[in-house]
Amino acid sequence: ASQCCRNRKPHEEERRVRANDREYNEKFQYASNCIMTSKYNIVTFLPVNLFEQFQEVANTYFLFLLILQLIPQISSLSWFTTIVPLALVLSITAVKDATDDYFRHKSDNQVNNRQSQVLIRGLLQNEKWMNVRVGDIIKLENKQFVAADLLLLSSSEPHGLCYIETAELDGETNMKVRQSVSVTNELADQNNLASFDGEVVCEPPNNKLDRFCGTLYWRDKKYTLTNQNMLLRGCVLRNTETCYGLVIFAGPDTKLMQNSGSTKFKRTSIDRLMNTLVLWIFGFLVCMGVILAVGNAVWEREVGSLFQSYLPWDPSVDNFLFSAFLSFWSYVIILNTVVPISLYVSVEVIRLGHSYFINWDQEMFCSQCNTAAEARTTTLNEELGQVEYIFSDKTGTLTQNIMTFNKCSINGQTYGEGPDPLDFTPFNPLADPDFCFYDDTLLESVKVGDAHTHKFFRLLSLCHTVMSEEKSEGELVYKAQSPDEGALVTAARNFGFVFRSRTPGTITTTEMGRPVTYTLLAILDFNNIRKRMSVIVRDPEGRICLYCKGADTVLLERLHPCEQELMNVTSDHLHEYAADGLRTLALAYRDLSEDEWEAWSESYCCADKATSCREDRLAAAYEHIEQDMMLLGATAIEDKLQEGVPETIAVLSLANIKIWVLTGDKQETAVNIGYSCKMLTDDMPEVFIISGNTVHSVRQELRRARERMIELSRTREGGKEEGIEGWKQLQCPPPPPSNLMDNISGEFALVINGHSLAHALEADMETEFVSTACACKAVICCRVTPLQKAQVVELIKKHKKAVTLAIGDGANDVSMIKSAHIGVGISGQEGIQAVLASDYSFSQFRFLQRLLLVHGRWSYLRMCRFLCYFFYKNFAFTMVHFWFGFFCGFSAQTVYDQYFITLYNIVYTSLPVLAMGIFDQDVPDQRSLEYPKLYEPGQLNLLFNKREFFICIAQGIYTSVVLFFVPCAVLSDATQSTGEPLADYQTFAVTTATALVIVVSVQIALDTGFWTVINHVFVWGSLGSYFSIMLALHSQTLFLIFPNQFHFVGSAQSTLLQPVVWLTIALATTICIVPVLAFRFLKVDLKPQLSDTVRYTQLVRQKKHGRLGARGGSRRSGYAFAHQEGFGELITSGKNMRLSSLALASFASRHSSGWIDTLRRKKPTHVQTPPRGSVPLEGSGCCIQQPPPALCSYGNQTE
Amino acid sequence: MAKQAPDFANRPDNTAFTQQRLPAWQPMLSAGIVIPGFVLIGLAFIGIGVALLVTSQSIQVFEMDYTGVGNNHPCFHCSDPKPKPCVCKLNFTIDFFLKGPVFFYYGLSNYFQNYRKYSVSKDDDQLSGNLKNFESPSDTCSPYQRDNNKPIVPCGSIANSMFNDTFKLYQNVNATMKPVNFDGKGIAWWTDYNIKYRNPDTTPLRNAFNNTVKPIFWPVPAYELDPKDPANNGFINQNFLVWMRTAALPDFRKLYARINDPPYAEGLPAGSYMLEIQYNYPVLAFGGTKKVVFSNVSWMGGKNDFLGIAYLVIGTLCVLMSIVMLIVYAKFKFPEED
Repeated sequence: ASQCCRNRKPHEEERRVRANDREYNEKFQYASNCIMTSKYNIVTFLPVNLFEQFQEVANTYFLFLLILQLIPQISSLSWFTTIVPLALVLSITAVKDATDDYFRHKSDNQVNNRQSQVLIRGLLQNEKWMNVRVGDIIKLENKQFVAADLLLLSSSEPHGLCYIETAELDGETNMKVRQSVSVTNELADQNNLASFDGEVVCEPPNNKLDRFCGTLYWRDKKYTLTNQNMLLRGCVLRNTETCYGLVIFAGPDTKLMQNSGSTKFKRTSIDRLMNTLVLWIFGFLVCMGVILAVGNAVWEREVGSLFQSYLPWDPSVDNFLFSAFLSFWSYVIILNTVVPISLYVSVEVIRLGHSYFINWDQEMFCSQCNTAAEARTTTLNEELGQVEYIFSDKTGTLTQNIMTFNKCSINGQTYGEGPDPLDFTPFNPLADPDFCFYDDTLLESVKVGDAHTHKFFRLLSLCHTVMSEEKSEGELVYKAQSPDEGALVTAARNFGFVFRSRTPGTITTTEMGRPVTYTLLAILDFNNIRKRMSVIVRDPEGRICLYCKGADTVLLERLHPCEQELMNVTSDHLHEYAADGLRTLALAYRDLSEDEWEAWSESYCCADKATSCREDRLAAAYEHIEQDMMLLGATAIEDKLQEGVPETIAVLSLANIKIWVLTGDKQETAVNIGYSCKMLTDDMPEVFIISGNTVHSVRQELRRARERMIELSRTREGGKEEGIEGWKQLQCPPPPPSNLMDNISGEFALVINGHSLAHALEADMETEFVSTACACKAVICCRVTPLQKAQVVELIKKHKKAVTLAIGDGANDVSMIKSAHIGVGISGQEGIQAVLASDYSFSQFRFLQRLLLVHGRWSYLRMCRFLCYFFYKNFAFTMVHFWFGFFCGFSAQTVYDQYFITLYNIVYTSLPVLAMGIFDQDVPDQRSLEYPKLYEPGQLNLLFNKREFFICIAQGIYTSVVLFFVPCAVLSDATQSTGEPLADYQTFAVTTATALVIVVSVQIALDTGFWTVINHVFVWGSLGSYFSIMLALHSQTLFLIFPNQFHFVGSAQSTLLQPVVWLTIALATTICIVPVLAFRFLKVDLKPQLSDTVRYTQLVRQKKHGRLGARGGSRRSGYAFAHQEGFGELITSGKNMRLSSLALASFASRHSSGWIDTLRRKKPTHVQTPPRGSVPLEGSGCCIQQPPPALCSYGNQTE
Repeated sequence: MAKQAPDFANRPDNTAFTQQRLPAWQPMLSAGIVIPGFVLIGLAFIGIGVALLVTSQSIQVFEMDYTGVGNNHPCFHCSDPKPKPCVCKLNFTIDFFLKGPVFFYYGLSNYFQNYRKYSVSKDDDQLSGNLKNFESPSDTCSPYQRDNNKPIVPCGSIANSMFNDTFKLYQNVNATMKPVNFDGKGIAWWTDYNIKYRNPDTTPLRNAFNNTVKPIFWPVPAYELDPKDPANNGFINQNFLVWMRTAALPDFRKLYARINDPPYAEGLPAGSYMLEIQYNYPVLAFGGTKKVVFSNVSWMGGKNDFLGIAYLVIGTLCVLMSIVMLIVYAKFKFPEED
């Protein structure tokens, strides 16, 4: 066990750390480097864990019941009826917590006992991590983990540089560089370091990974410290032999530990509904208690008081009112089983099972990256079956985030459209063999020595922040911050401008086979506001040049005025590229004179050293030099679409899910990706583009879009008379009421850019935006910031009562993922931050359709069926006591044996319903992908809502009435064949209990749609266990051991041998089940759900084709059903011309291609993704370029 | 499925269980099953119902109230809680031959044996012959736990309120009263008699009851319940056992005796009879009634018309329902292929 102490100390204002001075540092009582993520130890486990568990309302409620039961006047049930289930639940949770904590202890111990070398009194000593103190100097070696948050003092590498990998911290796998303050780097060896006594004053511990602000005071001088000087705990040292660091934050104060806070707990709508219902049930319970207590008062007054000769009142309970009061509590105890404690546990178990099914799904396993899907939270599964809005990131989510240098424009000349890939090897031995380019004129131009072309590629080889690693001569590996940059540098490499290595002050390249070393004067780094980066280098000849690359919008503004003509040509090229869905960058340079450089350098230094507003000042300095640049050209990088994206989007939109793409890309790129992934189609009557720059214009555009939608809908609905009148009346007042907007059935799309979105998200515009956007089938928001992504999600959550899902892969999607009901992370190229924030993760966008349409749908269905049945069975069980109350003087006498009450929920009826909740399927997985309409009941929340709840409790109450009054009527006069009356309490109890168990078992058998072996075992096993446990509990053996505990000795045998008892049970069962059966049959017949139809056809086909044909299924029927449910109405109303060509084509092809079916059936393992028909989408990365139809015209109109 | 096999270390197992492809039976409420099913259930129920009704009709029951309400009732003089004992004689005529074996029941109404505090008011340890509980009866027996600081055995409300009317039956044959013998043996459950209730092993039995007192309402201690048969005493007295098996509902009857002895083993012939009742048990105070019942039984026990009628009704409803379903099915035929 670790010996960490966790005493809280007062709030820290600022931190002062003096190197090599433990005594000084101890004054501040900083946390030591020992971490403790575990919650308990052996002594504290029981009390702390129990305390935590009793913070759950349900557990406290049962504890309260238990206390009630210990009061003899109230206790209507033995204490064990509550304590056994409660203990079971508590101990299961406790065991789970204990195992979790055991593993945390283990990992804590392992981490705390890692060795590190600490400089103590001038000597390097091995110390355990947990013994490292703030102010110590630590020596790190290559590939070691950083033990605490360190200030880098010196490094074995030149210029005090050192390289780190931050995968464990933020998930990014690229290397990062850190640099020590130059004065401390001179200390170099350990003797000097031992006498180092600088003092660091810095900010208190916080969780901001990318920021550090502090000052080093040493020898009367001040040095500014930034995040660039820090090595954070959790990083790994790379490519650096050794380095020394001063511990600033240790243990729990480190940024790593500060970041491992608890995440926000998400609840599903079913959870919320369940909580409401449980409250209602409590209300119901109280009502029943009050009714029975009043009954008791009346009874005691009218009958009980007279019956006193045989049953005197307790001396302490001497009047009927007090008796009624006690009776109320007694009934609360008896009737508490309407909300059994096992409800919450069972729900958790079912969700856990569903999560495992997601983790186990082979079809959501990506073999390329060897990642299986992962349900990171186990509490949201059923909500996956209710999603109405998907918010998707583009890059890395819809696209692969693999960037290829595809086209470029140099000096007004565009390259990149040749027939064959170029072969670089003869020209350039250092070329990357994986690189492809399709235009040999560009290579010619390089070979010829065109100055612009050379300058173009020189810029690409110099202006970047890529790190290179050269394992052996010529074997270059680039580590880039972003894949775009990697693609650009690789392009330059292949065209003969090879970036070889860099130091903080130099960049070495091989230009056309000739090694050149540039002096790196400054890096004007990239950020989201600047949207550009520049380097200033001095070439070997001494000329100074600024190279800049950046987004065209910012770069073109900063060009030299004389560049106008080239700028126009390049702009055209940029538009072309963007229209092809490519990512573009513009490149420019500026020659600087020595004077200019000197002057700027000074202002830069000044800005750099500024203590206040440093960043603003730097930005101003950058702005100053990045002016009057000469345009070189532009690059276009292709962002490859992921496999199966168009099909997935098509299927999801057939399932009535609205897809919004939120991207930081430019409008043209985004729109084109929209077309290539079939979000936007040519069949859309109109794609609205909102690009206004002012509130007013945005409002205008939104309104106009809405009016146009109504207009178009009207022309389409023309046939319907009432429609016309309705529209006419309602058209006049702008803005149209939202219910009118809800009726718009057209397939519209909306594209809005970041500027306009900012206005649209303002408070008074919100509703306007929502009503317009939600009437559209697809919405694309481009140029949005991470914050705006989250705002959009919040907006929909606020205005629509719909379940939202956000899917993304990058750090910029984290806010969106966190704010949506369900967050999905794509584990791809851009690190794991999105995955860490997400609830589900997998590696391909196309798995989303399986996650939602198969797993989500099943989870929802199972959970709903589970809840319906669960409430039903408990009402059926409990309400019998209520009816019995009227016959036993409202005395809170139970109908059943105490043991039966204890075991009913945890043994006799728990497993069959769990099995149904975990394994049930109404239709097989392929069918739900084929008929996306099957997803609709979840979105409309049809399977479990307040109405369904009332139906199932009504059924439960009906069952309880039957279960009580039928045995009551039969047994009151019946006798055994030996003449002994059957109306004794124990026989009655056994008969009712047996009837109950049989009825609820038959009911679960009816509810179960998918009988696996496990269901059989559980259902039959539960029945079997009921009879065997009952016979055991009523056996002589147990009675002879505990005569006081088993009053029911012999009742089971005696009762179950009576034919009348079995006739009673059969009668009760039939009366309970027959109406349900008839109702369900008529419902399937009169109002079949799509799932019934699919299931029915499936079964008919199984019979026709025998076992073999069962899995593959006939595709032909797919046409028939989709036709009926999805499109029938459209066709009859004459709207079929607007149908998605994709859907129609695929269905048509299905209809006509019988031989394909035959072929498919021969390959039973083949799994089809639904409408993959005649539309040519085979190639995953193939962008289908389609001219956007109404797009441009409308867009221009609005501007 | 994959042609190339790179690294599949994380690949989930391909089992029917993990892939949710366990072979399964998927029942469906199709017309072919439901409608014939309903007809079948309906017919079966009608059949059973008819059988039950016929059986039930063949059972003969003769019952009489003897609470003694109304001046004319022969037991009226006993209904007043006057000093006991009081005997009343009930003359009655049976018009038919009551086929044997005949069972004789007493019945009480508005009597709440199922009241929670009543039904727990006993000490099972004591009743299974545990002498420790003779000295200190369990608290559940309160308020009939002790009397003047002496333990009550058997303690508790149930035992205390044991039914203590006794009956004698005579047939009036030519104005002579010919006794009809009651057999009070074997009227309790086998398990109650042999397992659940036992006397202490002390012999003679009365020694076990030293230092205890009899229940307050009892005229005699437990070991003297049946003066005629020494074996039928203590906790295994048959009438005591019958009483201790509490009733589920407030109106109940309990077996008092069988009529087994010749010449009445074949049944009670039609004629006039006289029932001599030792009227000890007061019920009028709480509005209860007392009755006696003569009845014979069949394989299914005593007379029970409800069951047969219920079966008939449900069976008929099922058949009707199946017709409705057939019509609905024919009219709105489930969409089928082709």
